[in-house]
Amino acid sequence: MSQTTAQSIQELTNTALTELAEIDAPEALEQWRVSWLGRRGGLTAILRGLSQLALEQRRELGALGNQAKTTLEENLERRAREISQARLARAADQERIDVTLPGRPVATGRLHPTTQVVREITDAFVAMGFSVVEGPEVEWDYYNFERLNIPQGHPARDMWNTLWVDYVNEAGQQPMLLRTHTSPMQARVMEQTSPPVRVVVPGKCYRYEATDATHEWHFYQVEGLAVDAGITFADLKGTLYEFARRLFGAERKVRFRCDYFPFVEPGVDMSIDCFACQGTTKDNGGSGNSSDNGGGCRICRDSGWIEIMGAGMVHPQVLAGVGYDPEQYTGFAFGLGPERIAMLKYGIDDIRHFYSNDLRFLRQF
Amino acid sequence: MQVPLSWLQEYVDLDLTPTELAHRLTMAGVEVGEVIESGGWPNCFVGEVLEVRPHPNADNLRLCRVNAGAANAPESDRTAGETATGDGVVGVMEVVCGAPNVAAGQKICFAQVGARLHNPHSGRPETLKAARIRGVVSEGMICSELELGLGAGHEGIVVLPPDAPLGMPLDDYLGDTILDLEVTPNRLDCFSILGVAHEVAALTGRTVREPEISYAEAGPPITEQAAISVADPDLCHRYTASLIQGLKIGPSPQWLQDRLTRAGLRPISNVVDVTNYVMLEFNQPLHAFDLDKVRDRTIIVRRATPGETLETLDGVARELTPDTLVIADARDPIGIGGIIGGANSEIGPDTTSVLLESATFNNYNNRRTAETFRLRTDATQRFEKGLRPELAPIALRRATRLIQQVAGGVIAQGIIDIYPDADKPHPTVPLTLKRLKQILGMDLAIEQVEDVFRALGFQWERRDGNANDNDTDSGAALAVTVPYWRNDINLEEDLIEEVVRIIGYDNVPTTMLSTPIPHQQPAPMTQLRERVKEALTAVGLQETISYPLVNLEALERVNYPAQEPESRPLKIANPLSAGQEYLRPTLRASLLSTLSYNEGHNEGPFRLFEQGRVFLPRPDQLPEEREVAAGVIAGLRSEPSWLVDNGPLDFFDAKGMLASALALLGLPEPPVWEPAEDPALHPGRCARIKCGPAQIGILGELHPTVVEAFDLKHRPATLFELYLDQMLARPDTADKSGQSASAGQRGRNFRSLTRFPAAHRDLALVVAEDVPAGQVQAILTRHRLVERVELFDLYTGENVPPGTKSLAFHLYFQSPERTLNAEEVNRTLEGLLRTLQRDLGATIRN
Repeated sequence: MSQTTAQSIQELTNTALTELAEIDAPEALEQWRVSWLGRRGGLTAILRGLSQLALEQRRELGALGNQAKTTLEENLERRAREISQARLARAADQERIDVTLPGRPVATGRLHPTTQVVREITDAFVAMGFSVVEGPEVEWDYYNFERLNIPQGHPARDMWNTLWVDYVNEAGQQPMLLRTHTSPMQARVMEQTSPPVRVVVPGKCYRYEATDATHEWHFYQVEGLAVDAGITFADLKGTLYEFARRLFGAERKVRFRCDYFPFVEPGVDMSIDCFACQGTTKDNGGSGNSSDNGGGCRICRDSGWIEIMGAGMVHPQVLAGVGYDPEQYTGFAFGLGPERIAMLKYGIDDIRHFYSNDLRFLRQF
Repeated sequence: MQVPLSWLQEYVDLDLTPTELAHRLTMAGVEVGEVIESGGWPNCFVGEVLEVRPHPNADNLRLCRVNAGAANAPESDRTAGETATGDGVVGVMEVVCGAPNVAAGQKICFAQVGARLHNPHSGRPETLKAARIRGVVSEGMICSELELGLGAGHEGIVVLPPDAPLGMPLDDYLGDTILDLEVTPNRLDCFSILGVAHEVAALTGRTVREPEISYAEAGPPITEQAAISVADPDLCHRYTASLIQGLKIGPSPQWLQDRLTRAGLRPISNVVDVTNYVMLEFNQPLHAFDLDKVRDRTIIVRRATPGETLETLDGVARELTPDTLVIADARDPIGIGGIIGGANSEIGPDTTSVLLESATFNNYNNRRTAETFRLRTDATQRFEKGLRPELAPIALRRATRLIQQVAGGVIAQGIIDIYPDADKPHPTVPLTLKRLKQILGMDLAIEQVEDVFRALGFQWERRDGNANDNDTDSGAALAVTVPYWRNDINLEEDLIEEVVRIIGYDNVPTTMLSTPIPHQQPAPMTQLRERVKEALTAVGLQETISYPLVNLEALERVNYPAQEPESRPLKIANPLSAGQEYLRPTLRASLLSTLSYNEGHNEGPFRLFEQGRVFLPRPDQLPEEREVAAGVIAGLRSEPSWLVDNGPLDFFDAKGMLASALALLGLPEPPVWEPAEDPALHPGRCARIKCGPAQIGILGELHPTVVEAFDLKHRPATLFELYLDQMLARPDTADKSGQSASAGQRGRNFRSLTRFPAAHRDLALVVAEDVPAGQVQAILTRHRLVERVELFDLYTGENVPPGTKSLAFHLYFQSPERTLNAEEVNRTLEGLLRTLQRDLGATIRN
């Protein structure tokens, strides 16, 4: 008897599982459950019949029956999940879209490339302890020239062709102008603060100059100034070298050569080695202009070096003019043009693009 | 400044290649802009004219037999020449020549067939071919200046000196390299060949060969033949003169002409050429007067008197003022000192007596006078930078010697030298090693410094520093005497630059700043401005930057009252163009020009802003510079897309962007939008933006007249402005430190996230059509239990009474302390309705 019962449990299980494997609709699953596991289902009937048996047999066959029940329930659950997943997969298969179609446009705004580069420049100096300050774009001759050791009638004034404001003072002078550099803030900052001073001054500047691919009458400049007891030309070199590495890459080399700005002494200008050709074109002397050179590197014109800024030790007259003792305090100043930096970094060939505000230009940055 | 190396090497040996030399000079601060090679004459040689015969078929042509040297003989001739030993005539060719000055025995520039020469008829370089000219074959050509590109002369051939080596390639004999220097204003010395020679000597460890300045004098002393006085020594620091009589004016010898030409000057006549030559050589401008045209042989250096005039050498009659320093004879001005000579004393072909002037004029007066007359002469370029008075007699002697050499004559005994400050020598400049270290950050031995000064031709004395100073080296000091050709060394720092530029900047150590970092300078406006830019780009606007100079017409197009005296913008005295005459008092004109410009080649959408300064004049002060952000929005809401149901960007798009941007900025109070008027904006579609009592901005559709004035294609166009000074300067938000609690500070106080749920009600109201929705919303928002109000529908039409509109809101009620029950919410809502009814006549919509 027990043998037969055990066998019929096994057969029933096998039959039920075979049937289950063929079901693929949720409704049929329910019918299957009712017919095999329901109150009137086959397994229930067998188990119910066990009560007639002896205790020993009942325990043995009861365990067998419960095991069969668990097997059927687990398989039912798995099958239900399979059917549901298959159904979702089929449905999803119906919902194909063309993923190559363009997305829904979202409006984006960008900062002007000059703004971006000015930020890059000032950020590099802020990281070295400089503060950002700004000054007026319309200035007095006094701050733009005289305080910078460029008195009236000084031939160096020819270096800055100036746009003058139509204003004559009581003395009959025309002392108001559009600043030709952001350097006037040197004197303004030092007048208002005692040392130490470490500032960068970004801002617009103006020159009375015809425009061409490399000259604009309206442009930005970032001026810098560091003054304290103990600041040396070696510090100038270190600071500007660090700046060049931050902006143009850690592998950059720098080179200084003598140059003249009336408000610094000694005065220099700094070049970086050409990042376009890595200075592999011959270093033919740095003038970069010898008439015999043909194509080669567009950026450095085969000199291997690119001038990026002027700098120098603050002239003692500038320090004395603001009441700093030049015997005690020394410092350095520098100035550079963000447009030139942007042109170098992005390969822009004409400075006139910057302020013509053509969206085809602006949207590239 | 053009420096021919052929000239430079007369004073200093050149061991470097031209590019190496250019590099060394550039690194030392004398920038070489260009290295110009002159020459490039293949198949051209020094030749000799052996014989000149008439051309059988043409009167104005001649047949010349030219010896081009052995190496250049045609194959057959060379063989013949070799066999005919002792003949000496090898490489002889027959050439047709049209030049009137060709003569037997001349050394000339001979171009063989195959040479590349400038063809004056075609104006282009061409390759010379054998040609039959009027029936005679010409085997080459004798060249003019023009054909060789040496100058403009084409009337005659170039005649070379007799010692020109026969058969030498012309490139070797006449070719040259010219350094084109871009001299900075401080390096006056490098406006002269000798000055550059001193620089080159210092950089290459050579010594300079000074030119010969001695000569023989004869006859009565100059002081008996001419009287010179300086009436205004403040404008003329030194005046020296010499006298050469019995000379003959004529063209300069070829070598002198060549040198001037290569340095970029045009030869004129021997005496004038010498003055220019010595100016280029020594820097000292000189002037030659025809003594016979100088009344009473008297020269007075004085200020001009009012009403005096002078016709200058350029043919212009000039009115002189007491600010003008003139060189006058006994009665009239005969020159403007240090700038230009007068026509009345000009050297002419018949001049035989020359009074030669070499003077030092006041640099400031010289510059001012030159500016007044708009005469930037070579002389002024030098005088204005302050020539040293020691130079005047040296250059005078050099020029006197050369004039006699090229024009003959007898030099009177002595010179005139009026030099009131002769007993005040040029001061020495001190240098201590201590200062050198303080500036450069490196230790240098005194011998290194002395080596630099020796190379530069400076002289010095060692002065011991503080005798008690144990560190004798750093206490060591020098007193440096700067030579006459340098005027730019006046301070210790100037000497330090000399040291570092000669030893090289690479030899200075590279260190990071080690001094304390100063306190950060507060810059609230800069911070706000950068945040405004970020907020505006975040809501989709593109930043633009435009020129801040505009013209009145552009301002009138935005209905700016530029003609009104109180709003007249600041004018530029020397504008670059008529479009750039005024400093903008508003960003609107340039912003709309930018829009209009981009409409020309772009379909939009246009969402543009500029953040910049406007300039508002103040009497006798610098103008107020106000930071303003202005934006304009026009075109379709979205780029054309298969997805988007597109419409034009309008007022509410702009308001939405602006409101989001302001939310990003975090104003101290939520902005309030009120109807407003503005001459550039649509009268019914314009709102001022207030934050508390301050008006922080304006927003409106452009006025139709403005749209038309800019001929804008996309309508509507909506403009806004944000006034950053108003956003920043809120007196009620300034805290004690003086830093204002501006945008972004008070608006950012954290509110705890409430645990209690919100109750939601919808409310549809009917109000009169002219009741602003903002007022309704303000009343709703004001209640402390109202957490959020959303207007979700606005309706006018059939189902509401005429003259009214329906506004429908989602209201969210919430308390931070407890869960609100329905009764409480309903009570609140009823209270709100009563207020709305009382204040705005609102009723519930049925």
